[in-house]
Amino acid sequence: MELVVAIGIGVLTGSGVWLLLRPRTFQVIIGLALLSYAANLFIFSTGGLRSGAAAILEPGEAGTLARYTDPLPQALVLTAIVIGFATTALLLVVLLAARGLTGTDHVDGRERER
Amino acid sequence: MGHLLIAPIVVPMLAGAAMVLAGDRGRRLTVLLGLCSTVTLVVLSVVLLRLADAPVVGVYRLGDWPSLFGIVLVLDRLSALMLALAAVLGFSAFVFSLARWHRAGTHFHPLFQFQLMGLNGAFLTGDLFNLFVFFEVMLAASYGMALHGSGVARVRAGLHYIVINLVASLLFLVGVSAVYGIAGTLNMADLAARMRDVAVEDRALLETGLAVLGIAFLVKAAMWPLGFWLPATYAAASTPAAAILSILSKVGIYAVLRVWLLLFGGEAGASAGFGGAWLLAGGLFTIAFGSIAVLATQNLPRLAGASVLVSSGTLLAAIGAGQVAVTGGALFYLASSVLAIGAFFLLIELVERGREVGADVLAVTREAFGSGEEEDELQEHDEVGVAIPGTVALLGMSFMTCALLLAGLPPLSGFLAKFAILAPLLGSGEPAVPAATWALMAALILSGLATVVAMLRVGIDVFWASPAGRVPRIGLVEIAPVALLLMLCGALTLGAGPAMDYMQAAARALHAPTDYLHGVLTAPVAARGGGG
Repeated sequence: MELVVAIGIGVLTGSGVWLLLRPRTFQVIIGLALLSYAANLFIFSTGGLRSGAAAILEPGEAGTLARYTDPLPQALVLTAIVIGFATTALLLVVLLAARGLTGTDHVDGRERER
Repeated sequence: MGHLLIAPIVVPMLAGAAMVLAGDRGRRLTVLLGLCSTVTLVVLSVVLLRLADAPVVGVYRLGDWPSLFGIVLVLDRLSALMLALAAVLGFSAFVFSLARWHRAGTHFHPLFQFQLMGLNGAFLTGDLFNLFVFFEVMLAASYGMALHGSGVARVRAGLHYIVINLVASLLFLVGVSAVYGIAGTLNMADLAARMRDVAVEDRALLETGLAVLGIAFLVKAAMWPLGFWLPATYAAASTPAAAILSILSKVGIYAVLRVWLLLFGGEAGASAGFGGAWLLAGGLFTIAFGSIAVLATQNLPRLAGASVLVSSGTLLAAIGAGQVAVTGGALFYLASSVLAIGAFFLLIELVERGREVGADVLAVTREAFGSGEEEDELQEHDEVGVAIPGTVALLGMSFMTCALLLAGLPPLSGFLAKFAILAPLLGSGEPAVPAATWALMAALILSGLATVVAMLRVGIDVFWASPAGRVPRIGLVEIAPVALLLMLCGALTLGAGPAMDYMQAAARALHAPTDYLHGVLTAPVAARGGGG
């Protein structure tokens, strides 16, 4: 379980960083989205990972606090998702504005001379 | 102090929300709301500044939850100082924008208020994740502010600014969650109390998490090599936006001061002083890079951006030195440089208004190659002693004051601030002064020299050797904020004694945060209401 999540985060981060360094704005925004997925997964995993556990109560057992996974990272990740979503949407608008104003989708607003 | 503590967050939030509702039709109402809000913030910050100058730390528990479970707002001397700086700068930039900039695009005023809300929240919060949230409020508003007025240059610079800050925010999240995963708390005071007891095998991971967090702060503070975005963005932003953005880099400095000194102070056990050498070295490199940028720039807005770099570098290096008295001097420098750079950003537009487009580049070319026209010019203007118009004289005086403040020359507060940083470094009682100290001294003095050279060059060019001496038309609402900021610097110079006492007390509280920990972590003593 840990290994799968760790590899998943690693792959998302790697692809995100690679895309972030590309010259096209669309690649940059997809890279940012992948990076934010990686960050969100990372936050989520700090609460501890358990597979096959019941959501709140085990059948036939008294509920104890020790059986819960830590709910705080889940609250954090929710906040992070909302904020990340909003700022990415904002960036998308700026990308479109830049495309319209400069006539190119290069991140520097002009193509390299060949 | 009761609910007064949350007022710096609530006031701009309500004002901004009301402005959004009023829309662009109610512009008069919007301006009135903004004026009320910014004036209220200035008054509030002065009241809080007086309240904070006491050994007891003000703590506000949201929802009256105990501080280990809920979010706390904490007011100590440092946060009160930052609140006051933000309020004064916000008021000045707001008044300045009324001349014409607030009509250059939609939603300027609400964005401005949310910007202030984010700043105040970041200064007040005592919780790491809440700090992230206020960072995002501040940044989201600053994206709008940086783009205000639109245009190719702003959109291009804004694109880079937004992408870099989004990445920094992700690093912030990763750092925060790593810290939470190890320490199990996000309350800064609680975290500081737990630092000593972190298990040996977990310590490296915790330090890694905090270092990642630090990178997010240092991107905001524009430490070399994380600060290449800063001059371009600040130079492209509209004038009032640039003035308010200039304090955003100080938020990064504030976060470093707060978190680093709290967590890696003497109480931290094996982690004490972690990363101090990096801060010092990074600060020195930032000063060097900023000084080179100051010398190399050919236009005024970029010069201002470069001087933000120099001031960031100075602060980081001084903090990294890790001595109480030096930190006190750094706080004085912080106050002086925020006011001076804010005034400089506002002044630039007024100065530029009387000049032709591209005059700076022409001037540098003329210096380098000579134009051969000088003798003709002399013959044309052979009347001796042309009176300088009053407006230009006023601008020139303000410019000179800015130059003195930024370069740290006597007699103004910039000099006192640099002196306050350097004097304790030399007089620390050790017989041999370490090499890093010499490097810091050299960097501070040389960066001052670079600033003087650059400002002199530009100043001579703008005010004395200007080819076409058009007198700029300047309204009172535009020059008044500049004058206010510069007069505050003057007041800081005259009242240097009490101000320095305040800064030193703030620095002592930062380096030995027992009052902070005690104030936040003790249970609320106030009797709860009868209803249960």
